[in-house]
Formats: sequence, C-alpha cells, structure tokens
Amino acid sequence: MALEQAVKASRMSRYTRSRSGGALQKRKSLVLTIVMTLLLVYSLLPLFWLLVSSTKTQPELLSSFGLWFSGEFSLFDNIAQTLSYGDGEFVRWFGNTVLYVVVGAGGATLLAALGGYGLAKFNFPGKRAVFAVVLGAVAIPGTALAVPTFLMFSQLGLTNTPWAIILPSLISPFGLYLIWTYAMDAVPTEVLEAARMDGAGEMRTFFTISLRLLGPGLVTVLLFTIVATWNNYFLPLIMLSEPTWYPLTVGLNQWNSQAQTVGGDPIYNLVVTGSLLTVVPIVIAFLFLQRYWQSGLAAGSVKA
Amino acid sequence: MTTEHTRRLRRIGAVVATGMALSLTLAACSATGDTGAETGTASDIEAALQEESTITVWAWAPAVEDIAAAFEEKYPKVTVDVVNAGTGNDQYIKLQNAIKAGSGAPDVAQIEYYALPQFALSDSLVDLNDFGFGDLEEKYTASTWGSVNLDGGVYALPQDSGPMALFYNQAVFDQFGIAVPTTWDEYVTAAQQLHAADPTKYITNDTGDAGFTTSMIWQAGGQPFVTENSTDVTVNLQDEGSKKFADTWNQLIEGDLVAPISSWSDEWYKGLGDGTIASLTIGAWMPGNLESGVPEASGDWRVAPMPTWEPGVAASSENGGGGDAILKQSKNKLAAAGFLEFMNAGEGTQISMDAGGFPSTTADLESDDFLNAESEYFGGQQINQVLVQSAKDVVPGWSYLPFQVYSNSIFGDTVGQSYANKTDLNEGLIAWQDAIAEYGNGQGFTVTSE
Repeated sequence: MALEQAVKASRMSRYTRSRSGGALQKRKSLVLTIVMTLLLVYSLLPLFWLLVSSTKTQPELLSSFGLWFSGEFSLFDNIAQTLSYGDGEFVRWFGNTVLYVVVGAGGATLLAALGGYGLAKFNFPGKRAVFAVVLGAVAIPGTALAVPTFLMFSQLGLTNTPWAIILPSLISPFGLYLIWTYAMDAVPTEVLEAARMDGAGEMRTFFTISLRLLGPGLVTVLLFTIVATWNNYFLPLIMLSEPTWYPLTVGLNQWNSQAQTVGGDPIYNLVVTGSLLTVVPIVIAFLFLQRYWQSGLAAGSVKA
Repeated sequence: MTTEHTRRLRRIGAVVATGMALSLTLAACSATGDTGAETGTASDIEAALQEESTITVWAWAPAVEDIAAAFEEKYPKVTVDVVNAGTGNDQYIKLQNAIKAGSGAPDVAQIEYYALPQFALSDSLVDLNDFGFGDLEEKYTASTWGSVNLDGGVYALPQDSGPMALFYNQAVFDQFGIAVPTTWDEYVTAAQQLHAADPTKYITNDTGDAGFTTSMIWQAGGQPFVTENSTDVTVNLQDEGSKKFADTWNQLIEGDLVAPISSWSDEWYKGLGDGTIASLTIGAWMPGNLESGVPEASGDWRVAPMPTWEPGVAASSENGGGGDAILKQSKNKLAAAGFLEFMNAGEGTQISMDAGGFPSTTADLESDDFLNAESEYFGGQQINQVLVQSAKDVVPGWSYLPFQVYSNSIFGDTVGQSYANKTDLNEGLIAWQDAIAEYGNGQGFTVTSE
C-alpha cells in the first residue's frame, strides 16, 4: 500500500509540475489549489504514517495514536533489527529485488528499445500482425498469465529459481509500444538516411544516434518497468517456494503473516520499518529520473 | 502489509489454482508421478530412516524447524529440509500449482483441517493407512481424528488443535461488573451492558470471518456441508444450527455491539491490549499468541468454557489447527512417513507444545503436567483444565467442503456484506450457499443446495 502511495505521490507531483510549468497558465484557481492540497495530503498521509510508525517499538506501535510520534525514538533500533532478523533475510530479499530489477527491468527496457525502434523505423511483411499482438498483450494483465506461466516454467524446471522472476519481467509489451510510438517522431528518418549515406551500419546507427534520441522514452519505460518489477508480488508468490529467492514484497508479507501463526512472533514494527526501507530506493529512483520522464511526456504531447 | 490489492490477487490465484487443479483431477487424469514405495510396515519405515535421504517439508509453524533438528539428531542419515512456503492460503496456492504441474511439491506439507478435504479428495495425498497409521487413532482426540479421516482414508496426522473457549479480559469485565457469560443469550446481554457502559468497548470483534462462523455453526449442531463419494456435496446453510447462530449473532451485528476490527490485524492486537476487545471466542492455541502479541495485558486475561446454546449442556467445536500430510508426488514416502510419525505421534508433539501449539494427542492433553500448569499470563489460572475439557466436548459429525479454501475466500463477498450493511446474516448465508453451489457445480462436483 505504502509503495503504491509513493508511486502515486510521485506521479502526482509530476502532473502538478507539468501543469504549472505551462507558460500560458498564470491564473490562480482557489478550487484547484484546494483540490491539489487534498490530493497531496491524501497521497502523503500513508507515507507519513509509515515514517512515524517505523520510529516506534512493537508495543508502542500497537498502543499509540498512529499519526504522531510516541514513546522512545527507535527508528535506528528497528532498522538494525530489520536487517538482522532471521539471519539477515531482509538483506537477502533486498538483494534479490535489486537483482530482479536490474536484470529484469534493465533487460525489458533494452528489449523494448530494440523492438520498438525496429518496428517504428523498418518496414517488413507482417508488421500489422505484430502490432495487433503487442496491443493484445498490453490488454492482458500479468496476473492472469501467472498460473499458465508457472505450469510452463515447471515443465522447464525453472520454478523456484531467479529465472522464474527475471524471464517474465523481460517482456514489457507496454514498453515496446511506448518506444515504438516515441521512436516514430523522436528519431527522424532523415537522420537515419544521412547516417546510412555516411556508411554507418544499422547497429552503429542505433547505438550512437537513435539510442540518444530515444533517451527520454527509454527513461519512461525504465521507470515503468522498475516500478512493475519492484512491486511484483503475485508472480514471485506462486513461482518461488524457497524464501531464499523471495523479493521484498513476498518476504515482507511472510513477516506480516507470521503474527497469524500458532507460536508465531508478531513483528509489525519490523514489517513497517522494512516497508519504509523498501519504499526509499524507488522514491530515489523517481526523484532522479523524473526530469527525464517529464521531457519524455512533453515530447509526446507536442507531437499530438 | 496485506492490502486489499494483494488480497484480491491472492484470491484470483486461489480461484485459478484450485479451479484448474480440481477440474483436472476430477476428470481423473491426475498428473502425479509415483515412484517412491507406496506402502510399508513399521520396519520398512525404520529401514528407510537408516538410509541416506533428503525430504522436503513445507510448513509455516515455527516448531517444525526444531522438530526437524531433533529428528535429524535421531536419524542422522535423513536430511529434513524445512521450507516456509507461505502461511495458509499462500502455501495452498503453491501446493495446488505444484500438484497440477506434476512436480515441485514437497514430501510432507502442513495443511489445516479446513483445507484438507480439498487435497485429500482430489487424490493428491497419500492414504496413511498404507503405512498402518490407521492404528494411531487412539492417540488422538475424536474431533481431530475425525478431521483427518475422510471418505474412509487417513490423509494427515493431526498436529495442533483448536477446541474453542471464551478468552476474556477480566480487568474489563470487573470494571463494568459484567458476569462471565455461560450461554449465548447471556453473552448478548453482556455485550449490551458493556457497550452501554463504555461505548468505546466491545464484547468482541467480528467483521465476518469464515473460520469463526463455521466453528460457531459447528458448535450449534449444524452440519451445513456434507460430502459423499468425494463429489456429491450437499450444502445447507439454513439448517437448524446455522440459523441458531445467525439469529443470535444478528442481535450483535444489528445492534453495533461488535468492534469492526478484523482479526489478526495490528489494530486487533492493539484492541486486545487496551480493552477495546473484551473477549474472544477462539481456539485453544490462542494463549501463545496473546503472550507474544499482547504482552502489555499480562495478568488481565482468563479462560472460560465456550458459551453454550442450551444452558448446562456443554458443547464446543474446533477452530483452526491442522495436521501434516504426505504428497503423492513424494519420491521418498517411507522416510516422509517416518518423519510424520516422529513429528505428530512421537517426540515432536512435545516440541510443538513447547512452541505454543495446543496438542491433539490425548496422552499429552491428559498429562498432569499439562493439566495443572499455571499460566502466569492468565493470572495463575490452570487454563488447560478448561481447554482440555473443551476438546472433549466437541460436537461430533462436522465436515468441511472439498473446496473450502475457495469458499472461505468468497465469504466476505456474501456473508461479509451482511456484516458491512448490518443486515440479516441469514441472507448472507443464503448468498454464500448459492455462490458455493455455483462454484462447485462449475468444478465438476454435484452440489445439492437445500
């Protein structure tokens, strides 16, 4: 939940900026300001709760008012416990998540760039069919494919391995589609022709010219796939049975459900602190990359 | 944290997984591959335990790690790989998927009583009679043995059990001069008194919980789910027992007398500590959870017998608890059987009890040490006296649906609506029954809705 809120919050700030950044919009609107403020509070409140709650001890967490600090400030103690609980499995899950994101989201972006560029800039028979397949794939939620994917991977003996998470993450029909439409305008065919005239091979053209022109689009796709992979819950839940390969989402849920077990050890303070630590990298990623993302979206809007 | 979103996803998963697995097995083309020895005597098992082997156990109960360690010490050649593949439903999804895929399932899996019919009747589990475990019947309480004895086969050995009792916060009861209720009518009166005296306090919490509702109907003598020949299912959630529960509970729901807090949430633990939730009717495994989850209320809580429907006629039911089963996919069934017996009929029961599990073995239940233990958390009360008596008073004849896991997942959409809108629970139960019948028929069962 907190994760989604963080994403929402960052998206929200993106919208506000692109709105107010327009030079024509100087008029102030009280109604809009109020609505924006409400939305801002709505988006930030869960994050605030998360921040406040992760400074509390387990008993304090359950017995004090949720939206304000209470008791001794034990954020650092909580962080230390989170990192060391269960032989440091949180660190392990963190590493797994980073692995899935770097290889999965990075790979997905690269594949989307190659595919989208190729479809936008080259003509070949069957292009319309590819277009239909990609659009169709965008419409199918990953959750619906999870069980069939599981059965397929089980045949291949890949379940319960990192490949079971990485391979499906490499495919991003939405990313492909985005790069495709973006590349149509961002990479002028004239430039490609000039490069060809000068004797550059297609690969060289792609890596030295096109990839740079595609920059903002790539960042957009990268952000989407990073968020999707970072938040991926259902696929790892059914693919993995060994906690050693869990990503943070599934691992934290396992900690959370520990409180529901006979003889279980309720560690809500660690679940909350762990969630906070889980949100931090993605917030950082947004802060660093949103600049590129904005220009990417702006480019799209000019085209229309 | 469990969000609505993940819950929905999990439900989708459960639906997809159970749906596919059930339709497949009902079409009698189960893909389970059997290579390990199918049957064996006690000496076969003993011989298998002296050979090098590794078995995988899926369990989320913390005690299983310790039991495995003790087992490996006794049988050094056998390696037991304990995997926490998820709690409850999460694990069932994985188990069902692995069964469907034909590989990837563990040798032994922890399965709660309510979920056992789904796996047993779909031919995924080994009938433990193959290892002569039918003879272990006398070791267990009647109700737990009844829960693993399905359609003539024994599909798990009981581990813990949850005979119900009334856990109440005596400090709150005393403060408002409320007597401990012995019947459900008195319970409703107590609920009214408490909430009138202090509107922030409630007799209990309930937002609609399938496990609790079925246990209550069980105690009231209802038998809403009857399965014959594995696939012929009769559902009647308007039988006498079901109605008795719904009519009484309606008074609490419609009168706003139960706290709108979901069990096992952080808010719930908070409410149990600060007196907002003054009592719980719940399984006998609860003391351990109170001690670890609500340490600040130490000394306040007490245990009384579950309130009854007829004054003076003791009756109770089981709430939660489960056993461990051997998967047909297991390639090492003899060693798995050896571990199972060690865990749930041998040394393992004591380790499980030490970790807070309430046993299902009569010898452990009847031991003087257990019966006379004074619980510091419960102000020195000999709580096991009450809890063991409850185990003896469980109403016989109850059974769960062969697709109870899915059915419980849609409880919130049907009966839960009655809770949310504060309307007649009977209507919610009828809606649940209709949904159960529709789903079951779609899965190849013949469901008769009465």
